[in-house]
Amino acid sequence: MANAKTAWLVPVAGAVALGLLPLVVTTYGQDLVMRIMVFAVFALSLELLVGTTGLVSLGHAAFFGIGAYITVLLSPASEAGSVWLLLPLAMLAAAAYALVVGALSLRTKGIYFIMVTLAFGQMAYFVFHDTPVGRGTDGIFLNLRPVLELGSAALDLGDRMHRYYLTLAALAATYALLALVLRSRFGRALAGIKVNEQRMRAAGFPTYPYKLAAFVLAGALAGLAGFLLAAKDAAANPELLSWHESGVVLLMIILGGLGHLRGAVIGAAAFTLLRELYGTYSIVGPLADHWQLTLGFTVIAFVALLPQGLIGLPARLRTARG
Amino acid sequence: MSAAPPLLAADGLTRRFGGLTAVNRVSIDLHSGEIHAVIGTNGAGKSTLINMLSGEMRPSVGSIALRGGDITGWSQPRRARAGIGRSYQRTTIFVEFSVFENCRLAAQAARPRPWAVWESAARCAHATGAASRALEAAGLSELAHRGAGSLSHGGKRQLEIAMCLATEPVVLLLDEPLAGMGSEETERMLALLAALKATHAVLLVEHDMDAVFRVADRITVMVNGEVIASDLPERIRNNAQVKVAYLGEARRSS
Amino acid sequence: MPLEVFLVQCLNAVQYGLLLFLLASGLTLIFGIMGVINLAHGSFYMLGAYMAFVLAPHFGQNFLVMLLAGVLIAAAFGFVLEWAFFSYLYQREHLQQVLMTWALILVFEELRSLSVGNDVHGVKVPDWLAGSVPLGTLMTYPVYRLFASAACIAVAIGLYVVVNRTRLGMMIRAGASNRDMARGLGVDIRRLYRIVFAGGVALAALAGMIAAPLSSVYPNMGSGVLIICFVVVVIGGIGSITGALLASLLVGFVDTFGKVLPVFSQYAGVGVYLLMAVILILRPEGLLARRGT
Repeated sequence: MANAKTAWLVPVAGAVALGLLPLVVTTYGQDLVMRIMVFAVFALSLELLVGTTGLVSLGHAAFFGIGAYITVLLSPASEAGSVWLLLPLAMLAAAAYALVVGALSLRTKGIYFIMVTLAFGQMAYFVFHDTPVGRGTDGIFLNLRPVLELGSAALDLGDRMHRYYLTLAALAATYALLALVLRSRFGRALAGIKVNEQRMRAAGFPTYPYKLAAFVLAGALAGLAGFLLAAKDAAANPELLSWHESGVVLLMIILGGLGHLRGAVIGAAAFTLLRELYGTYSIVGPLADHWQLTLGFTVIAFVALLPQGLIGLPARLRTARG
Repeated sequence: MSAAPPLLAADGLTRRFGGLTAVNRVSIDLHSGEIHAVIGTNGAGKSTLINMLSGEMRPSVGSIALRGGDITGWSQPRRARAGIGRSYQRTTIFVEFSVFENCRLAAQAARPRPWAVWESAARCAHATGAASRALEAAGLSELAHRGAGSLSHGGKRQLEIAMCLATEPVVLLLDEPLAGMGSEETERMLALLAALKATHAVLLVEHDMDAVFRVADRITVMVNGEVIASDLPERIRNNAQVKVAYLGEARRSS
Repeated sequence: MPLEVFLVQCLNAVQYGLLLFLLASGLTLIFGIMGVINLAHGSFYMLGAYMAFVLAPHFGQNFLVMLLAGVLIAAAFGFVLEWAFFSYLYQREHLQQVLMTWALILVFEELRSLSVGNDVHGVKVPDWLAGSVPLGTLMTYPVYRLFASAACIAVAIGLYVVVNRTRLGMMIRAGASNRDMARGLGVDIRRLYRIVFAGGVALAALAGMIAAPLSSVYPNMGSGVLIICFVVVVIGGIGSITGALLASLLVGFVDTFGKVLPVFSQYAGVGVYLLMAVILILRPEGLLARRGT
């Protein structure tokens, strides 16, 4: 396996490959890959919480949806909004809600924590689905996608290629940031908290602030993913905050392999492709209407047979073979 | 034996759980340069006592002072940073990490710098230095890069102590460090405790009577949550009450 | 608010709370005893509602018999489900339990879709429970709602009797506090778990059957109520049936009266979560949490 010095090669190669991809795929393919990249950012944000710190949150989609909604709600009606304004605001709003939810939820542990995060996620869903804040159950639309002004040049997210590369840049930045965090003192402390919180306290770490910081950072990054999705689809809808979505992103990181950044990316890609697959008539025929069933069974089989995720597949095959 | 004021002084500690009084009016002093052992039958309240001293449990009544300053309301992390280290009866090492990383992470608590995310933790000079010293003191330097899970039981107990030392405490609360050890490992641990005594105030909760009488400077005996005797080892050995309480318990637990 | 309107709202709050209690008691039992988090618990509620829709035409006026039949079917189903699927979850980490039961929801929803379709259905109230009773001089109150509350109270009393006064209940309480000790006392833990699980499923299905004429029968009806159920368990404390009762009624009142508030009625749905937030600040382990859990 790659050692520490060459560990950065694979992600960089991946980024380069993604950068060159638009040259060889159709627009459908580009949209699919963009969707994968957005969910990769979303999944990476949850990986920090679940994989690194051991906090299983079932309400993470709330921050994703808030990021998307803020982007659309604060965009001017008749002209393109500014990325410089909308991106930070989306992340800030998501982080603010994460601060409140985290401060309360972290007063509980284990199963309580899972249920409480689920409940707070549902509260956010309710606000956007059933109250005037969300402007209706069908969601809202963006007339003009935001623009990123850099001096005299501008990156117009209305242009598909600009969108693609901004999303790729955001994914690369998120990955790099989390890689740094993981090897920093803060990241090591989170890892210690996951393995044995009691021992960390006995050593002198006040664990609550660390967990809260991880929760807020994860929320902010989910908000980033929300911004990217809103920019891509020029829309936001309440289902983005549903617990179904929270379950999906959790599934992605487990599918890919918990405890590894690349697992989050791989899982996002695998799940998105699977969902496309199961819903495509030409491949699965009439089963496509019941993709939820196929997906459900796949998940169950998967968690039962491959608990380490796709990342653990090579090792599993090796032990199976000899 | 020191005539200086105690480093850690607990006065009248009582802990109730609903209708049950687990610890009743226990006072104990820890002096630097001294090993103070606490022995007692099962259920005597030793674990509860050590939990109150480390900060994991609040006493219902009573106070605790470190260097004369009241710390009764302090959380465990705060006490740890002030110099009170604790080892656990069931091993609480980070099994997935290397031996070195176990100590380095523990040492990091003293200089946490969590906001400095651009700095690699492995390069933190303070933490790596403290970890090296702790491993040296515990005799684990050669095993530094092994996975903690691959150590023998005795090795894991040594690592438990090393992690305690990595935070550079002045008070050591050791909860049955000899649990489950063979005779050779016990010798090594006792030698370590004797070496640590010089620079720390040590509280030793133990079941192994032979070890206790060899290494302790002072022994407190607890029965049913209360102190029935607290004295020099020779006097405890001849104490009639203690003998009665210990009929059958005085043999080394296997 | 005039007294009679207030009374009606109180009755509604109690009725909603009691139905929630039926659901929450099953959830808290399963969690408290077996330590399994079951996201598919809402699916059992949906199952009950759809059972009522399917069975009602055949049972006609024999509503009580239908409820009994439904409970037995649900219990049998729960028995099999525990044996075939859930028993494998006990040893797994919470994360895996969450995923597996989340996937189970998908499976149940699809199976329901394949067997009875995706339409919304109503269930008719039998004639002897139809109509309303006068309440004071101005208002009337539906008989069926009174029946629903009465039925839930009856079940609650039955639950109390079983848990506190029977041998089974003693085994349940022993198994909850100390698994190994209970096993040592000769309790067949696996069969106990199966019974408790079947009971939990039956309670949820019964709640669904009773609720069907009131809320109608529609896809995803399990999901929304499940999360409220979780909130109830958090507020009441895991493993505590009395806590679940108290919390259910509290939630019933907050939700019902929130909806009649002058300005904030649209935001009333948030009330339940705010209640949970308050409890988390004041008493994070729940109102009546069992010590040692």
